[in-house]
Amino acid sequence: MINLVMPKIDRKLIARKADVVSDLKKIIKAENILYHEDETRPFETDALSAYKQKPLIVVFPENAKEVSKILSYCNQHRIKVVPRGAGTGLSGGALPMADSILLCLGKFNKIIDIDYKNRCVVAQPGVTNLSITQAVQDKGFYYAPDPSSQIACSIGGNVAENSGGVHSLKYGTTTNNLLGVEVVFMDGTISRLGGKTYDSEGYDLLGLITGSEGLLCVITEVTVKILNKPETVKAALIGFSTIEDGGNCVSDIIASGIIPSGMEMMDKALIHATDDFVKAGYPRDAAAMLIVELDGTEIEVNELIEKVSKIAKKNKSSSIKTSKNEKQRLKFWAGRKAAFPACGDMAPDYYCMDGTIPRGKLAQVLKEIGRLSKKYNLPVANAFHAGDGNLHPLIMYDANEKNALEKTEKFGAEILKYCVKIGGVLTGEHGVGVEKRELMCEMFNNNDIQQQIKIKKALDASSLLNPGKVYPILRKCAEEGRVHVHRGKTKFPDIPKF
Amino acid sequence: MSIEEKQNFPTFQNSNSVEYPQNEREVATLIRKFYKSNIPIELIGSGSKRKIGKTLQCAKTLNLSKLNGIIEYLPEELYIKVKAGTSIKAIEQELKKNNQQLVFEPIDFGYFLNGESDYGTAAGQVACNISGSRRFKVGSVRDHVLGFRGVNGRGEIIKSGGVVVKNVTGYDLSKLICGSYGTLVALTEITFKVLPLPEESKTLVINNQKIEKAVHFLDKSISSSNDISGAVFFPDKPMISGSSMNIENTFKLNDLKQEGSITAIRIEGSKNSIDHRIKNLINELQITNLNIAILEVHQSEVFWNKVKALEFFSNSKNNIIRIVIPPSECVNLIYQFSSKFKYYLDWGGALMWLEVFELSEEMFESIRRKVVKRGGYVTMIKNSNYLPYVEDVFTISSERFNISQNIKKSFDPKRILNPGKMYTGI
Repeated sequence: MINLVMPKIDRKLIARKADVVSDLKKIIKAENILYHEDETRPFETDALSAYKQKPLIVVFPENAKEVSKILSYCNQHRIKVVPRGAGTGLSGGALPMADSILLCLGKFNKIIDIDYKNRCVVAQPGVTNLSITQAVQDKGFYYAPDPSSQIACSIGGNVAENSGGVHSLKYGTTTNNLLGVEVVFMDGTISRLGGKTYDSEGYDLLGLITGSEGLLCVITEVTVKILNKPETVKAALIGFSTIEDGGNCVSDIIASGIIPSGMEMMDKALIHATDDFVKAGYPRDAAAMLIVELDGTEIEVNELIEKVSKIAKKNKSSSIKTSKNEKQRLKFWAGRKAAFPACGDMAPDYYCMDGTIPRGKLAQVLKEIGRLSKKYNLPVANAFHAGDGNLHPLIMYDANEKNALEKTEKFGAEILKYCVKIGGVLTGEHGVGVEKRELMCEMFNNNDIQQQIKIKKALDASSLLNPGKVYPILRKCAEEGRVHVHRGKTKFPDIPKF
Repeated sequence: MSIEEKQNFPTFQNSNSVEYPQNEREVATLIRKFYKSNIPIELIGSGSKRKIGKTLQCAKTLNLSKLNGIIEYLPEELYIKVKAGTSIKAIEQELKKNNQQLVFEPIDFGYFLNGESDYGTAAGQVACNISGSRRFKVGSVRDHVLGFRGVNGRGEIIKSGGVVVKNVTGYDLSKLICGSYGTLVALTEITFKVLPLPEESKTLVINNQKIEKAVHFLDKSISSSNDISGAVFFPDKPMISGSSMNIENTFKLNDLKQEGSITAIRIEGSKNSIDHRIKNLINELQITNLNIAILEVHQSEVFWNKVKALEFFSNSKNNIIRIVIPPSECVNLIYQFSSKFKYYLDWGGALMWLEVFELSEEMFESIRRKVVKRGGYVTMIKNSNYLPYVEDVFTISSERFNISQNIKKSFDPKRILNPGKMYTGI
């Protein structure tokens, strides 16, 4: 495991563990507290499994009042708290600290209200993303954001990370589909932000806490917008003999005024990997492949499919296949959705990156990734949410090889820096967490970061909630402008590390 | 008041008290100076929405209208980056050249606040976050701001967001800035998400319905697969005798000849698709035997432009209130009001515009209580001679007030940017 600089560990608190446990037993049921080493081990990591650290204590509160009491107790005793949803986050946002209480929202697993009149669902944060759609689909409704992990990820986690999915261009990310939340702040204040109305007055605190990665509050209830399913959905599978042609086709589709509900691109490496894995019928000779999904009325979708086909031909597409029925459409997607496990089949380990770039720069970025792949001698496959510019390079490596993870991370960091350089951003949907923390200075200067830290302090004065995440710890970069200190290569060896 | 007295009066302003910074650096320099010398400032763009919120009397005014111009517009990347004081009109004109638009439909407050059309500036739209009829489908202004640059109350230039739609790098301050009425930062640069103009737009009008039935139709249309983008209701009679609804004078459209209330549903897209969806709607709503009309492209556009410009209230001398509530509550709420008023519904009933006659402070508070009880909020958009001042223009709960106060301090510790514009103490 790579060394990670984290905030100072409170050794005295660790020594007082038994007292803290007995205090917590006065707040919540004893059965909802885990503190033996073997009990806390399953919680030592989230989906960024390169980093591991057992928490001091794990708690499972059952309602907002219990959350409030726990937070206000921790605030009083200066105990760090790390909130955790389903633990599917890819940036280490739920990584515990040795002196922290891990606050799990697994017991918040009920859908509270399905309100068709106001077209919304009120759910507890531990409910999975997919089960919201499942709860309303018999009436023809669905919840739009669909991150790949939707079968497992929790809606509270979606709010904390502002999760996206493949339909973000047309339907937005979590923040655009959220009406309200109930949250608990670090001082124990329970507050409702938003509700069943569109927008709320005063500062948009709902917008602020969405995507705040568990640094500002703990979410205890979520109200999301549900939409009526479109009449027809069809997908086209388009092959290109060069990446440039595929990239140009994406730009031309958008420029022509078409907003597809989903537009995904894969490079040759991934076409082969996924086609081997699920036999999706992908064009194996193509250098790049696009899945363009269109929804709306039957007439409109047919018109649009025709327009898209014309644009594709103009951009020298090598093959075009349109889904004839729902079964075939889902098959088109099966390969894309299996991108991760397919890579797992190709190499012992893979590392999934997540940058966003202006769509038009795709070919340029892929070229650079190709160059870096040679430089680091690590194979890479690329999945790209072409509609919204979100790029997921999957770097393949073998963690058993010496320094392989470190090399992979360097490779990943170079990709993200390049994304920022050409006008993109560090992360589109996976969050900063601990993973991209030290890269924040690539995008933000000292003023920007200090303003964000001041907001954090305004809501959590002692910085106890999810410490060590999102913002660079050694704010060297923040103070000096552009100098960047990479994790694990600290010039301050006296600062405690895992 | 003598000149000397005036100058010593804390709220006195002369022409020298208005500053016109030419660029972001000058904005920062000025604010830093005011920060050091504890001088509160009012931020304005074109002033089109200056009357919304509490009246400010600051020692200095920072007029940002010179920060004007489009910085970067990439149609195929679906964004436009503009200086904060750029007029919405100029932005929309530029977008139209590429068949694109600001899909949140900026509202034209000019007519009814100042007597002539004025969409104001980019920063003004962002500061107020009040969106047009497409809200329920496409989101609000806040859903279309990808990033911004601005100067906080310490005179520091800060930025957040970027030019891409999918971005979770750091806190989403763009959301926080939207609807903050200039109390957190002086905006200098804004990047908007833009979207294609629909090929066509038509409007299905159902005549002469009572509010219950009308809201039912609007609700059913929004909840259908027909992807509608506007849902309004104009009742035929105001809740006051001796006043008329003035629907005919407002809309003056050939195809709106029928008397009585108007329930209007907008459908946008390609021509074939629109016709197909209108047919679907007529079937699903089971309205074949009712009096319906279809506004074709030109009339449809005129109709929604008039809605957007709040023309219904254009010559009003009364208080105008904006109410946002869960759509299921709107009918009950209307029957709860005892004041004399006229109103119309937008967003399928989730938004209510109210013109209240002879409004008193107590009546306003009573309206607020009823709305808050149903999970909504109230904003006083326009005062009248009858009730020229209300203490709480906006609605807020005490715990949210405390949080908001902390947020304000984190941007503007000395409270020099539009102090008290939204709430006393913020």
